[in-house]
Amino acid sequence: MIDERLLEILVDSFWKILIPGIKVTIPLTILAFSFALVIAVITAMVQFANVRILKQVARFYIWVIRGTPLLVQLYVIFYGLPGIGIVIDPFPCAVLVFAINEGAYCAETMRAALEAVPSGQLEAGYCVGMSYLQIMRRIVLPQAFRTAFPPLSNSLIGMVKDTSLAANITVLEMFMATQRIVARTYEPLALYIEVGLIYLIFSTVLTKVQRVGEKKLSAYNG
Amino acid sequence: MEQTMLEVKGIIKQFDKLEVLKGVDISVTKGEVVAILGSSGSGKTTLLRCINFLERADAGILVFDGAEYSLSKISKKEIAAIRQKTAFVFQNYNLFLNKTALQNVTEGLIVARKMPKEKAIQIGKKALDKVGLSDRYEYYPHQLSGGQKQRVAIARALATEPEIIYFDEPTSALDPELTGEVLSVMKQLAEEGMTMLVVTHEMGFARNVSTKVIFMEDGQVLEAGSAEEFFEHPKEARTKAFISNFTEQK
Repeated sequence: MIDERLLEILVDSFWKILIPGIKVTIPLTILAFSFALVIAVITAMVQFANVRILKQVARFYIWVIRGTPLLVQLYVIFYGLPGIGIVIDPFPCAVLVFAINEGAYCAETMRAALEAVPSGQLEAGYCVGMSYLQIMRRIVLPQAFRTAFPPLSNSLIGMVKDTSLAANITVLEMFMATQRIVARTYEPLALYIEVGLIYLIFSTVLTKVQRVGEKKLSAYNG
Repeated sequence: MEQTMLEVKGIIKQFDKLEVLKGVDISVTKGEVVAILGSSGSGKTTLLRCINFLERADAGILVFDGAEYSLSKISKKEIAAIRQKTAFVFQNYNLFLNKTALQNVTEGLIVARKMPKEKAIQIGKKALDKVGLSDRYEYYPHQLSGGQKQRVAIARALATEPEIIYFDEPTSALDPELTGEVLSVMKQLAEEGMTMLVVTHEMGFARNVSTKVIFMEDGQVLEAGSAEEFFEHPKEARTKAFISNFTEQK
């Protein structure tokens, strides 16, 4: 079934797909996920601390972002905003949208994790003279991150795959690179399976990293 | 010359419509060990929590170290200043779960009191040695028994060199077998002259270690007096019934 020509195409395209993967997909994921975590921690903390107006802003943000498709969000920002004079380059635009989108999901993960930390520790912290922020930073957040680590890893792996949507806004990442090769060679089945396998490799590596990370974090978790 | 360290006057606390504290007065003299007794729901834990501002009282006055504060209107700064001189031991220990025993003790010293790390560790080790945990510095809370956890909590309280330690039912969450090790640490502290205010169900401790007993009932102080007087010559019928209940159990 696999003739010599196809084999050659697959070998040749492997690097042509992997290189945009390393140069675009991975940096896009790392950047967007880092920003998403920052958004998530802030959004979760204003809810946890019950900051009145900010809490409502946070709920509104999560409501809108979780309630609309990621693809629609990409289109609104990339194709919609230029209509009112806001033009953002494809790559930063993708980082922005993925961060805002993932931030909303991770915020809920973080909020649940914060609420799972036994609250008496906050009182104990006050009683030894610590301030709210000191207790959050040194006692509550580290424990919340431990709880949130598996679901956050889940989100990260999900995001690696979601970055393929960035092809829709002309970001030359792995999926778009594949589409281009398909257009030239007319071998959609083999090539789309190939790019799928490369995504699978990325996810597998991340799963292994997750496992190592969980072991490291489990020191105080019996 | 007896020196009043802590005095609470007319403390009132409501949860929704339920009045938990109905105007309680207590006073603690330096070096005294005061046991607060009473059945569940009598308001004794709430009293202790209000004194250390873990709950905000609706009314009442606190006199601490000669200075007078309104329990309902006290500022955050004043609360922080008073907490520098007090320590609290909880029923459920409330140890920092992501910190070792030693870190639990040093955390407040390093972070809140800005003490150099080496000095804090030195003090922390000394405090843990004192409660008999010199071989458990690097253990995390989940690796310790209930009694050991509570002793770490007591070490954490001691390390800040408080003028008074509040204990909120320190042995109530422990297996009967483990209460002894905690009570003996508390007894040792009492003998060294530490001022302590202890909410407890341990009648043996109240009788043998405390110098003064306050009996609470339904949000009020029903009877207060020296431990000896309280146990040997209780005045109120309710107090008599309470004490005989416990002696029968023995």
